[in-house]
Amino acid sequence: MEMVYYYDGSFEGFLSCIFESYAKKEVLTAIYRDEDAVPTLFDCRTVVTDQDHANRVLRKLIKISPSAAELIQKGFLTCMEEKELHLYRLVVKLLGEGPSFLRKLSDETLYPVATAVRHLHGEVHLLKGFIRFSELGGVLGSEIEPKNRVLPLLRTHFCARYREDAFFIYDRTHKEALFYAGGKAIIRPIEGFQMAPPDEREANYRLLWKRFYDSIAIKERENPRLRMNNMPKRYWNTMTEFQDESYFKAESFPADAAGHAVPAGKPVPEILPGCELSDPG
Amino acid sequence: MPLSVLPAVLAAVVQRPTIKHTMDVLEKLSILTDAAKYDAACTSSGGSRSFKKGHIGNTSSSVAGCCHSFSADGRCVTLLKVLMTNRCIYDCKYCVNRRSNDTRRTAFTPEELADLTINFYRRNYIEGLFLSSGVYRNPDYTMELMIQTLRLLRETYRFNGYIHAKAIPGAAPELVEQLGLLADRLSVNIELPSESGLKLLAPDKSKKAILTPMRQIQSRNIQNKEELVKYRHAPKFAPAGQSTQLIIGATPEDDLHILRLTQGLYDQYRLKRVFYSAYVPVVEHTLLPGKDVKPPLLREHRLYQADWLLRFYGFRAEELLDEEHRNFDPRVDPKCSWALAHPHFFPVEVNQADYETLLRIPGVGVVSARRILSARRTGPLHTEDLRKLGVVMKRAQYFLTASGRMADGLRFNQDTLLHNLILTEQPSLPQPEVEQLSLFLP
Repeated sequence: MEMVYYYDGSFEGFLSCIFESYAKKEVLTAIYRDEDAVPTLFDCRTVVTDQDHANRVLRKLIKISPSAAELIQKGFLTCMEEKELHLYRLVVKLLGEGPSFLRKLSDETLYPVATAVRHLHGEVHLLKGFIRFSELGGVLGSEIEPKNRVLPLLRTHFCARYREDAFFIYDRTHKEALFYAGGKAIIRPIEGFQMAPPDEREANYRLLWKRFYDSIAIKERENPRLRMNNMPKRYWNTMTEFQDESYFKAESFPADAAGHAVPAGKPVPEILPGCELSDPG
Repeated sequence: MPLSVLPAVLAAVVQRPTIKHTMDVLEKLSILTDAAKYDAACTSSGGSRSFKKGHIGNTSSSVAGCCHSFSADGRCVTLLKVLMTNRCIYDCKYCVNRRSNDTRRTAFTPEELADLTINFYRRNYIEGLFLSSGVYRNPDYTMELMIQTLRLLRETYRFNGYIHAKAIPGAAPELVEQLGLLADRLSVNIELPSESGLKLLAPDKSKKAILTPMRQIQSRNIQNKEELVKYRHAPKFAPAGQSTQLIIGATPEDDLHILRLTQGLYDQYRLKRVFYSAYVPVVEHTLLPGKDVKPPLLREHRLYQADWLLRFYGFRAEELLDEEHRNFDPRVDPKCSWALAHPHFFPVEVNQADYETLLRIPGVGVVSARRILSARRTGPLHTEDLRKLGVVMKRAQYFLTASGRMADGLRFNQDTLLHNLILTEQPSLPQPEVEQLSLFLP
């Protein structure tokens, strides 16, 4: 029997859908998040997320093929259209005929998922370089506008890089942020975040960087197309070197004697329900 | 503890030395970046520094290199690439920093440079530092300044990111040793690809002065590998190896000469990379191309393509060029040129060919060749599969069969083949050096 499922948008919710479809012997033609509900001719059902069901599906996937389980987890982070349906079909094929088809990238079930995951990896790789932090009151903060949900994949890189620091990365697209301090990292949804303006010290380094960036280019070799191929314009929005003048001006509070002015504004928002972190240091 | 109080806590805990930046540093940065920009090498690859307690940064996550930006000329910006100083006692004709050039001179203090590096690094602007220098007073004095800077960074600022340093030809071996223990990669620039070129344009440098530190770095690297096998914590000497740069187009050497030199450097000196830098006419000099000559970007591009073939595709210099063909065809890439000259080698059947043979097909790269090997274990491949495996079919289609068949509807012969390949490649090429004549006057 063909069905449309609705779920809460979480990975566990998605796995619960898979569990339900097997338990009820139903074939899915679509899986939508609750808020994306559209009128349809097919029978619909809302699947309630069940942690136990989700775990059972994930364990089964890992048992069949750890790399496939990873692919599905990552696939869920991508911005692929109808990602749930593509991933569902991949799971069905895995359970039906085993993991050997995963060797063949051009397989019609695997290809869309593998392509989307490659796009995700590409975006993660670029962002490892293109993310720009500002130092505000001793904390490093940054904003990004990715297409995919990249934060879980950026976590290891930046936690190792700034191990002794505290930092956060705010994802404007998906309205969530990665926080790190004292050796612990968490990802939490956040609404309405606003970056605080720079103090004098911060504005100064921004200016130094802008100057370096402008000086390093060789005029005789100018090549806007090559630059755009390597660094698509959609990333420029959050990069220091492409901001207008106001970005390089300090808000009028001179740095104190120690050089650490805590800026007015909130580098880290206060609303973080259930967020417990150990003491840094 | 809720996160909201973090800033205050950290402000109290984090105490790092503050340096008051005046406009002075901004000026210095402009001058010393401008003076360093003609150096092509800007990679952070090959590092393997994992995090250390109490230190900032690592290089292990960037084994493949990490570009932090791309400048207006489209080149990757990954390191803070500056000179220690642009004061120089040498008078190399091709160089903006030569003694006789009337330009503003300045120098960073080690403190200024260390502070810039660490603060750029914290903001994720860069992956590390690329430190080169004009020869100030003498090679030893210059190297000591550089070593002082790196020591400050590594020991006082506990910087654990990537450092690429230039060894100055003519400096004492002990100083090269010290530099290598602080840096991830060392390089000595050959610049001019022949000794006659050096004599003519860089009278203060000699082939010997350049090759001596290169040889030292190489043998020290080998020795270090043995030490590391015996003692896991032996100090690492330039773990990311060494590289060099050749200037293209300032002197009359042809591609064959340059490619043979490259091959020799990879074989005999175990270099990680050879970089090519199209000569940008920065000065008017009777021995050099005029200021209106455009940098030979297309030639540089072809040399890089050939360099890749040497390093990853199992080609040898003598396969790509010979006495009859001393320069690359500007119209098609070196691999296509090779394929056109060896028609008997093709078509290759992708279901049977081994890895090395697959790599010889134009349009098949290292990644797609591996994917072909993996995919064909599940069953025979057809031409429709290949595009999805990442094969660039617009080039590859002329040179392969899949399950005994070429792509549907493909018609060509040896004459039209070259023409087709030229048409495929044209849109993605750098500007040709010779401007095309227009039928219409502007």
